[in-house]
Amino acid sequence: MDLNYSAEEVAFRDEVRAWLAGNLPRDLKEKVDRYEHLSKEDLLRWHRILAGKGWVAPAWPKEWGGTGWNVVQRYIFEEELGYVGAPPLIPFGLAMCAPVLLRFGTEAQKKRFLPRIYQGEDFWCQGYSEPGSGSDLASLKTRAVRENGRYIVNGQKTWTTLAHYADWIFCLVRTDPTSEKRQEGISFLLVDMKTPGVSVRPLILMDGAHEVNEVFFDDVGVPAENLVHEEGKGWTVAKYLLGYERMNTGRIGESKRQLARLKEFSSGKLNDVRFRDRLSRVEVELTALEITNLRFLDRMRRSGQPPGADVSMLKIKGTEIQQALAELMMQAAGEAGSDEFAAALGRRYLSMRKTTIYAGSNEIQRNIIAKQTLGL
Amino acid sequence: MNFDYNEEQQLLADSVRRFLQKDYDFEARRKILASPEGWSARVWSQLAQMGLTGLPFSPDYGGFGGGAVDLMGVMEAFGEALVVEPYLATLMGAHLVARAGSAEQKRAILPAVVEGRMKLAFAHTERKQGEKLGVVGAPIADKLVVSSGSRLFLADRADLKMKPYRTMDNMVAADLSFSRDRAEPMPGADQAVAETVDFATALVCAEAVGAMKFACDTTLEYLKTRKQFGVPIGTFQALQHRMVDMVISYEQARSMACLACARVDSAANAAERSRAVSAAKIKIADSARHIGQEAVQLHGGMGMSEELKLSHSFRRLTVAAQQFGDADHHLARFASL
Ligand SMILES: Cc1cc2nc3c(=O)[nH]c(=O)nc-3n(C[C@H](O)[C@H](O)[C@H](O)COP(=O)(O)OP(=O)(O)OC[C@H]3O[C@@H](n4cnc5c(N)ncnc54)[C@H](O)[C@@H]3O)c2cc1C
Repeated sequence: MDLNYSAEEVAFRDEVRAWLAGNLPRDLKEKVDRYEHLSKEDLLRWHRILAGKGWVAPAWPKEWGGTGWNVVQRYIFEEELGYVGAPPLIPFGLAMCAPVLLRFGTEAQKKRFLPRIYQGEDFWCQGYSEPGSGSDLASLKTRAVRENGRYIVNGQKTWTTLAHYADWIFCLVRTDPTSEKRQEGISFLLVDMKTPGVSVRPLILMDGAHEVNEVFFDDVGVPAENLVHEEGKGWTVAKYLLGYERMNTGRIGESKRQLARLKEFSSGKLNDVRFRDRLSRVEVELTALEITNLRFLDRMRRSGQPPGADVSMLKIKGTEIQQALAELMMQAAGEAGSDEFAAALGRRYLSMRKTTIYAGSNEIQRNIIAKQTLGL
Repeated sequence: MNFDYNEEQQLLADSVRRFLQKDYDFEARRKILASPEGWSARVWSQLAQMGLTGLPFSPDYGGFGGGAVDLMGVMEAFGEALVVEPYLATLMGAHLVARAGSAEQKRAILPAVVEGRMKLAFAHTERKQGEKLGVVGAPIADKLVVSSGSRLFLADRADLKMKPYRTMDNMVAADLSFSRDRAEPMPGADQAVAETVDFATALVCAEAVGAMKFACDTTLEYLKTRKQFGVPIGTFQALQHRMVDMVISYEQARSMACLACARVDSAANAAERSRAVSAAKIKIADSARHIGQEAVQLHGGMGMSEELKLSHSFRRLTVAAQQFGDADHHLARFASL
């Protein structure tokens, strides 16, 4: 057994780390450090810097701009991104729509969309959830009817992250309400947000931030060429995406960074044994998760199999750790009156409650492990 | 033994609850929060008319001579409705005046508080000498009681330099700087601050219990009505047990709030009182966190929405867990007593 990275992997990590340190704009880093709201421009600026270096989509095939890195290198890269405190790379285009197009898209769709995603020219959002369909996604109702070479879409999506920034939305829609298995009546459709009949209403979250939206479709005409894969195969597409190799589900790098920061600004509180114990327990959990993540990665590298239900475990533990760190940060700030940084930590605690709800709630992740791994 | 409120206490709690249901629903509260003042003078005068601002003060000043147990039902109702008017801040200020003020100060302040003409705040926690932090109600208080060293002073709001802000749970508050020059000393102090802080802590416990009750009730209702996979989500055993644990947490918290209020009114000595209050605050902080987090989680995305009252209860519970010392603080105090 050898728990360490090879010499080449360490060298790779150091190269990535040095480049990131030298190329992350100071003002962006400071904004991230203050836990401030990041504008669309902030997000895109960092996206384009990475695109310029050729590092914005390592997992893509080389012909479309991928780096050809193996899974361990990709993991290292993503964790370093979190560790340096860079703005997040919004996944909807890079890590969701693009892999779907690469797997199921036509040549024309790939040529049309992939370069623009790579360069950050199109901002994408994800239209899955609906008011009546969250955990039970297959019950979705947004209707798409094909007539004269187009789909006419009617219905509503909700919780759509950054729809107010988006140029495009990929949606699951119901094309056949009569199919016996409800999964079979679902299709995967790409919709230009500027199409007449698409409207966006902000949903404010409990930290006061405008991050998610409701998206309404009122007789929206979508060219049939924007269908991905076959009609009625949308569920296959969605499931492929769920099993897609996401290296950073556990957010180890990001959490390591938050832990380091917490230690920095709670130094006064570290004399308090109760606080210190709680902090240490989270650190131990994080260490365990990092090693677990590496074990899964090692297995994946050797078997060549996608991660399957292992991702669910990483999601559950990763989000619990993120929430625990956010909570300790808020507590470390203590009675800070009008202090703006303390208020930002408070808002962050509120906001991080979302992590155990979105991207498949932690209850649903447990159901997946129970069913797929344990056969219950 | 009898854990019920007596008839008067129950009547009062019921009438406060009715008033809040009618005049202080979530929409009405939203409007108050959106106003620049962040509180409602109309609501305040109604609270005074119902006798709430006079409840714990001596009949000599027009009050009713009640204690923490008499206030418990009121605070629970306030917690359920998430009242943002500076009720507790005013009670604290007046509680201190009643214990540490001169006869003249009492005459000038207590009847005005009882009649709803004056609001107070208590500035205690400091960053460094003369700089007070997080004083709830300060920007709208007429007068403030300010601790300085081991002494207490009365100051006019107009004489204090303030930096107003809103707390995480939307209360008006301020950081302020204080110098003794422009303030009136209060003659007594010694035990008054400890008594008042324990009194207020017990009341915050009761208020938090009210917010927990709302969070439990609304989550239970949601489990019964929200459908996924063709059935109410409350049919999933994984969620049933979580809901059961929330209710257990609530009952335990309420028991401790009862204990704290009862001991504040009639403990044999200060140590017994403080020990009960700390024990209660530990339990309340843990339950507030547990119930708040679970209620949000079991609501799924809806739990995150600012449009739902629950997210505001979550904020209130988060603050209540830390107010007058978090669980760590009270664990240390409990163990030392
Ligand atoms: C901040 C945020 C951003 C989001 N961004 C997007 C986005 O960009 N695009 C998008 O499409 N969606 C997005 N979502 C939606 C998210 O995917 C859903 O909120 C999530 O799937 C849960 O669905 P729901 O909110 O309808 O909750 P419900 O499904 O109604 O769940 C309520 C509760 O019941 C539990 N539950 C449900 N079924 C079961 C079961 N079988 N067993 C045990 N427990 C169960 C859930 O875990 C939860 O605790 C976002 C959500 C949030 C909060």
